[in-house]
Amino acid sequence: MTSAPSTSREVKLSCRNVWKIYGDTAQSHFTARQGDIGDEDTAKAHAQNIRDAGDIVASANVSFDVHVGEIFVIMGLSGSGKSTIVRCLSRLVEPTAGEILFNGENLLDQTPQQLIEFRRHKMGMVFQNFGLMPHLNVLDNVAFPLELQGIPLAKRRAKAAQVIELVGLTGREDSFPRQLSGGQQQRVGIARSLAVEPDLWFLDEPFSALDPLIRRQMQDEFLRIQAELNKSIVFITHDFLEALRIADRMAIMRDGQVVQIGRPVDLILNPADDYVREFTNDVPWEMVLTAGDIVLPGDAATDGLQVVDATESLLDLLPVLAAHEEGVAVRDSAGQITGVIKARDFVRALASGSEATTQAAQ
Amino acid sequence: MSRHTQPLVWATLAALTVVLHALSGPLTYLVTYPDAWVASPTDAMNAGMQAFVGVFGPMFKVVGSILEWPIWAAQNVLRIVPWSVVALLFVVLGYAASGWRLAAFVAVSLLYMAGIGFWAESMNSLAIVLISVPMALAVGFGFGVWGAYSERAKRIIMPMLDLLQTIPAFAYLLPILILFGFGTTVGLVSSILYAFPPMVRNTILGLRAVPSEIVEAGLISGATPSQLFWKVKMPAARAQMLLGVNQTTMASLSMVIIASIIGGTNDIGWEVLSTIRKAQFGESLLVGFVIALIAMVLDRITYGFATKDRAMSGAKAQRALWTYTLIGAAVLAALSLVVPFFAQWPATWVFDPAPQMNAALEYVVINGRVAIETLKNSAFFFLMLPVKIGLGKAVSPFTWGFALTPALIAGYAVIVAAFAAWAYIKGKRTLAALALLAGAFLFVGLTNISWLVLLVSLVCASYFISGRNLAIGTGLGLLFLIVAGIWPQTVLSLYLCGLGVLVCFIFGTGIGIWASESKTVSAIVRPIIDTLQTMPLFVILIPFVMVFKIGEFTALLAVIAYAIVPAIRYTEHGLRNLPESVTEAATAIGATRRQLLFKVKLPLALPAIMLGLNQTIIYAIGMLVIAALVGTNGLGQQIYIGLGDGDFGVGMTAGIGMAVIAMIADRMTQAVSKRKQDEYGLSTDAP
Repeated sequence: MTSAPSTSREVKLSCRNVWKIYGDTAQSHFTARQGDIGDEDTAKAHAQNIRDAGDIVASANVSFDVHVGEIFVIMGLSGSGKSTIVRCLSRLVEPTAGEILFNGENLLDQTPQQLIEFRRHKMGMVFQNFGLMPHLNVLDNVAFPLELQGIPLAKRRAKAAQVIELVGLTGREDSFPRQLSGGQQQRVGIARSLAVEPDLWFLDEPFSALDPLIRRQMQDEFLRIQAELNKSIVFITHDFLEALRIADRMAIMRDGQVVQIGRPVDLILNPADDYVREFTNDVPWEMVLTAGDIVLPGDAATDGLQVVDATESLLDLLPVLAAHEEGVAVRDSAGQITGVIKARDFVRALASGSEATTQAAQ
Repeated sequence: MSRHTQPLVWATLAALTVVLHALSGPLTYLVTYPDAWVASPTDAMNAGMQAFVGVFGPMFKVVGSILEWPIWAAQNVLRIVPWSVVALLFVVLGYAASGWRLAAFVAVSLLYMAGIGFWAESMNSLAIVLISVPMALAVGFGFGVWGAYSERAKRIIMPMLDLLQTIPAFAYLLPILILFGFGTTVGLVSSILYAFPPMVRNTILGLRAVPSEIVEAGLISGATPSQLFWKVKMPAARAQMLLGVNQTTMASLSMVIIASIIGGTNDIGWEVLSTIRKAQFGESLLVGFVIALIAMVLDRITYGFATKDRAMSGAKAQRALWTYTLIGAAVLAALSLVVPFFAQWPATWVFDPAPQMNAALEYVVINGRVAIETLKNSAFFFLMLPVKIGLGKAVSPFTWGFALTPALIAGYAVIVAAFAAWAYIKGKRTLAALALLAGAFLFVGLTNISWLVLLVSLVCASYFISGRNLAIGTGLGLLFLIVAGIWPQTVLSLYLCGLGVLVCFIFGTGIGIWASESKTVSAIVRPIIDTLQTMPLFVILIPFVMVFKIGEFTALLAVIAYAIVPAIRYTEHGLRNLPESVTEAATAIGATRRQLLFKVKLPLALPAIMLGLNQTIIYAIGMLVIAALVGTNGLGQQIYIGLGDGDFGVGMTAGIGMAVIAMIADRMTQAVSKRKQDEYGLSTDAP
C-alpha cells in the first residue's frame, strides 16, 4: 500500500535549492537569488554562516521533485521549516533564493498578475485550521475561488455543489463554518481547494487539528478522492504514521534542511541518521516491510512451497506462514523466485530492526 | 541600582516634606513656586493662534460654512419628516438589530421624547450626530486601513490617538471655536475629532486580527490585492469594525452634547445646560433622561448590528422587512397630511411632570436637610479637607470638634512611625518608607506640599514603575506645568481626581470582586454600569447637583459615579476570565473559596485590575473637566474660563495640563499591568 511506485516519472513540480531567510540582511547572502551554491557540505556551512550573521534560516537548500499523480509528503517536527517550504512553493512566502519549477517553468519569475492567474487555475491549498471565510456559507465558501475569477453565480454554484458532493457534504450547503464540526469544516476546505480543478494540490497539516478517529476517516477519504482525481500533491504532516499511510515518497526535514528523501520503506530500512531513526522506531514493522524485504536469498529448495509475491506485506504473510511450517517461496516482480522465508526468519526480522536493515542493505 | 534605593528615596522625601513644611520661612521658594520664575506660555500661544487665524482663518470659515450645509439639511429633513415616520424607522432598526425587545424599548423611548415635548431638540442633536458619524467613520476607516497595512504608519497613528483621547473633550472646543467661529460647525468638527479614534483602533485591530490562514486561502484562490481587501479581509474584520461604529457613535453623541455648552444651538444638550443653570432640576432631569435614552437607543442598535449572528437572518426576510417598513412610512407620511397627530405630537398631549418633581425635590431637600448636610460636611471635613490642606490645618474645633495640640501631632507621628516600623520588621521596607511618605503628605496636605518634593516623588515613582524614559517624560511634563504657572491648579485637580480614583478603586474593585463571586450581584450591577457608561457626562451631574448643590463634594460624587464603572467592570472581567486550569488546580489541591480568591484569583487578575485602574483615571479626568461646571478650582475650571473668555492660551495650557496628568497616569498603570502580564505569561483583554 505504501510503497507502490508512482505511476509516472514525469516531474510536475520541482523545488531546486530553495532558501528562505528571515532578517534584515536576508537577501545579502545570495547573488541574484542563486540558491545553488555547491555541494551539500558547502550549503550547510553557508546556512551556519547566515545564522552566525544573525538572520533566521527557515529553509536551507531544499530540493525535491513531485511527480505527476504522486503524493509527496514533507514530514518534520514543528519549527522544522515544512510549512515555510510549502508556502514557498505557492509563493505565499517569497523564497530568498532558488527555483520553483512547474512543468519546467520557474514560478518565481512570474509577475504578480501571472501569479494570480496561476493560483486561480493551477493551485489548490488546504490549511491546518481550515481558513474558511466566516461570513460565507458552505456553498459560497467552496465557490469563493470561482467568484474571484468572476464566474457567474449560477455556474459557480453548480460547480461548487459538484465538489461538495465529492467530499460528502451534500445537504450542508447553507450552513456557516462555525456550525460545522472540525472534520466537516476541513471537508469544506478540501472542496474549496478542489473547486478550480487544480493540477497542484498543497495540504498543510490538513488533519492535525482533528480528533484521531476523524483524522483516520479523513485520511481514507483523502486517498479515495486522490484515487479518483490523480492530482500532484504536496502533503505536510508531523505525524509519521500519517505519512506512512498516504505517502508515495516523503522528505524528512530538520532545521530547514531536508534530511532524507525516499519511499517510506526506504526511510525505515535505511535511515540517514539518528533523527530519522527516532521517527521510524515506533513504526509497526509488519505493516511496512514486505516479503521481498526479509527474504533470504539463496538456493534453498523451493519446490512444492507456497509462493507469495515480494510486495506482500508481512501482515498479510503472517497467516500464510502459520499454515506452512516449511516456509514460503518469494517471487519478485519479474516472476523469478528469489528465496524462501520461514517463520524463524520472520520472527528474527521483527525482533531486530537492525538485522532487517542489514539484510535489506545486502 | 540596589534594592535599598527605593525605600531610601521614599523615606528621604518624607523627611524633606516635613522639614520643608516646618522651615517654610526662609525656603518658601522650595514650597511655593515663586511667581517671578513663572514663564507663562499663554501670551505666546495667543499670539501664535492669532497669527494662525490671521492667515488661515478665512479658509476655516469657508470650510465651516460649507460644513453647516449638511447639518442644516439634516436638521430640516428631520424637522419636516413627520415624527411618526422617524419613530417607525428607528423602531424597525431596533427590530432588525436585535429583535422585538429592542424594538419595544426604542418605541417607548421615542414616545417619551415626543410626550415630554422635546422632540425637536432631540432631532436637532440627532442631526449633528447623523452627519458627524459617517464623517468620523470615513476618517477613522482611512487611518485604520493605513495603520493596518503599514507598521510605520501605525507607529505614528497610535500615539496620536492616545493624545486625542487623553486630552479632555472640553479642551478640543476652544481651538475649534476660535478657528470656525460660533455655530453648529463647532459641534460637528469637535465630535468628528473626538469620535474617529475608536474607529481607527477597531479597524486596525480587526484587519490585523484576520487569521493568516484566511488571508492565505484568499491569496491561493487567486485574489487580486483589491479582492483580498474587499472580499476577504473586510468581511472577516466586519464584527470588530462594527464595534468601532458603535463606539464612534457613542463618542460622537457625547461630544455633540458637550459642544452644546457653546450655545446658540437649539439642541438637547443646551436644554440640559440651561435648565441646570436656572436650577430647574425637574426639567433638567427630564431632559437629561432624554439624552440618556438617545444614548441607549443608539448604543443598543449599533451594538446589536455589531454582534448580530449572520447565520440567523435570511436575506429574503430582511428585504421583506424593509419593503413593509417603506410602505408603512409612506402610509404614515400620507396620514400625517390629514391627521395632524402623525405630523406633530399635539402640544396639549405634552406631559410635563417637572413642577411636581421640583416640589418633591424641594420637599426632600428641606426635610432631609440635616442628613444631607451631615453627609456633605463629614465627607468634606474628614476626607476631602485633610487631603487637600493637610491634617495640620484641617483639624480645628470648627471642623473636627477639637484643636490639634502638639500632643496630638506627636501621637499621629507615633502611629505612622509604628506602622512603618512594623512593616520594616516584616521585611517590607518599601512599604515602610511609603507609609512614612503618605503620613507626611496627609499631615501637610496635597496643596501645601513643596512643589519640588511632589515633582521628585512623581519622577521617582515613574522611574521605579517603568524606567528612565517614563521618568524623563514625567519630569518634563510636570516641569512644563510648574513653569507655565498652573501648578496650583494642577495640584487641585490631582487632589480631586486622586481622591475620586481612590474611592472608585476601593469600592469598584470590591464590587467587582463581589460580582465575580455572585451571579445575583453581577446581574444587578451589570445593567447599572452599562447605563452609567452610555450616559453622556452632563447627565450624570444632574442628580448630584439637585441634592447637594454646587461644590467640590458634588464634583467628587459625579467623578466617582462615572469613574467607578471601569473599576468594577475590569475587576469582574479579570476574575471571571482566568484560565480554568489554574483555578481547577487550586481547587483540586484543596483551596477554600477564600484562599482561591485571595491567593490565586486576585493575584492573577491583577493585570486586569490595573487596566481597570488605568481606565478609571482616564474617566475621572474626563469627568473632572465637566465637573468644573459645578464648582471646582482645578485645571477644569481654567479650561472653562478659557472657553468662556475665548482665551486660547489659558484654556489650551490647562488642557495640556490635563493631558499631561492623564498620560503620566496612563503610562504608569499600563506599565504595572504590562509587567504583571509578562510575569504571568497571561494576556489580558478589555471586557
